[in-house]
Amino acid sequence: MPLTVMNIVLADDDEDDRLLFDEAISEIDVKTKLSLFNDGKALMDYLVLPDTILPEIVFLDLNMPIKNGMQCLKEIRANDKLKELCVAIYSTSSSEEDIENTFVNGANVYINKPNSFSALKKAIDKVLKINWQYHTSALNRDNFLLRL
Amino acid sequence: MKINIKFDYTFICKAVLHEQLEALGLEYKLNNLGEVEFQKKLSALEIENVKEAFNKYGIEILANPQNVLVERIKDVITELISDPEKSRKYNVSSYLADELNYSYAHLSSVFSEITYSSIENFIILKKIDLAKHLIIHEDFTLTEIAHQLNYSSVAHLSAQFKKTTGLTPSAFQRIIKKRQEIE
Repeated sequence: MPLTVMNIVLADDDEDDRLLFDEAISEIDVKTKLSLFNDGKALMDYLVLPDTILPEIVFLDLNMPIKNGMQCLKEIRANDKLKELCVAIYSTSSSEEDIENTFVNGANVYINKPNSFSALKKAIDKVLKINWQYHTSALNRDNFLLRL
Repeated sequence: MKINIKFDYTFICKAVLHEQLEALGLEYKLNNLGEVEFQKKLSALEIENVKEAFNKYGIEILANPQNVLVERIKDVITELISDPEKSRKYNVSSYLADELNYSYAHLSSVFSEITYSSIENFIILKKIDLAKHLIIHEDFTLTEIAHQLNYSSVAHLSAQFKKTTGLTPSAFQRIIKKRQEIE
């Protein structure tokens, strides 16, 4: 299957971070369609709509008002329609406990928000390409863990 | 008692396609010459569902030749690295070239063009995937795994595991164990 357009969603309450992410992903050679959400609740409401095209990857900020990233992650893993989604946590926290906790609860990817634009681009690029291999190759997706 | 029937293959095929595609709730159009056109781009999951629904009737989705070649490259790599004896004997690039009858340069450029990733990267990903499997399911030591996957040393395997996943083999094992506990 050729790499055509990947659907990506990001839930992050910080407007600057959303803008930066959007800009970074648009500069990557993989074609993507990005949908942005300001908080976890808006994201979950969208994902469970019957006619939503499920994204290839969900990027989740951990600290968000109304519904945080961890709650979203747990809901996604507990929902039959959503549980196979690739979830990437995108957070400023670098606490080992936080990181391990998200993996244990089913995150596939943990990205520490990089402090430079080029590092962010590189991180997103890596996640998209590795995730694509998992989608299209006989790789075991249950074991897909990646920390950046 | 016997009855005689007469059937129209094209009609049956179209009926099956309509039935399956409607069941999946996708908006589509059947064009001539075995072409199905969807109103929107399908997600990878939806494509899988279509494939599965069609497979029951022996209907396959045809890919373009370059994609087929990429699939074959992946299959050959998987076969080679799953076999410790073979992977010690052959080097991947010449093995691929011999098996698939193309120069490695050609294979490498098609692979990169289609997957946005290199054959070398895929090999590493696949080896680490196997290492993960062996860590979780077979209870092998890292030394045994390194040997089986043809790494020169445990240090080399650990380093590549960390570089590929961002986690050490032991952290990976701990996370998967904890996951299984909460399930």
